[in-house]
Amino acid sequence: MVLHISAQLVAEIWNEAEAAHPDEACGVIAGAIGTDLATRHIPMVNAAHSPTFYEFESGDLLRLYREFDDRDEEPVVIYHSHTATEAHPSRTDIAYASEPGAHYVLVSTREEIASRSEFRSFRIIDGVVTEEEVVLT
Amino acid sequence: MSNSGNPTVEVRIPTILRPYTGGAKLVNAQGSTLRDVISDLDANHTGLAERLLDGGALRRFINLYVNDEDVRFIGGLDLVIKDGDSITILPAVAGGC
Repeated sequence: MVLHISAQLVAEIWNEAEAAHPDEACGVIAGAIGTDLATRHIPMVNAAHSPTFYEFESGDLLRLYREFDDRDEEPVVIYHSHTATEAHPSRTDIAYASEPGAHYVLVSTREEIASRSEFRSFRIIDGVVTEEEVVLT
Repeated sequence: MSNSGNPTVEVRIPTILRPYTGGAKLVNAQGSTLRDVISDLDANHTGLAERLLDGGALRRFINLYVNDEDVRFIGGLDLVIKDGDSITILPAVAGGC
């Protein structure tokens, strides 16, 4: 499996992650159902405002999924940043992952590594994590 | 269809739980409280309650809305349900390092 994503969207995610640091940033990129095309970027507020946790606010979450319904979209990418650890799904990330069709993107803004060096994508299905290639379009 | 006299509601099922409803995105259920509605859902779609509740309480990572209101703020599982209410189930989008 492969995530195809534009360099522009990758840059937007980095901008957001760096602006939110040391808190975690989060959001989604929606696309038309069944296309696997990440087209519409929707940055989300991290209701947890935390360096170790992210959560979409429940009202925001409902509005987001209503929009998906209205526009025949689905979450193609669900992304968040890790601000002190590697860009790999944590146990919490795996426990909460509930979109088996989505690409779970993680970026790391931890200070020990070169900036913008870890942008990774995973599938998380029934607790099983599979990393996939990221191809810039 | 029911002859129980309980309110009938529409329940919107998220993708990850649709295996329990034969793929249906929208199902009907009945009950006088939200807890009863979940019991009725489970009676028709076995296993669904287990995905929503833990020890009789709403799971931390499940959001339930009645008429677009998060039930955590309006009475929880004891919320009284009215005929025609619209219920939405959404798993939280959350995680952390």
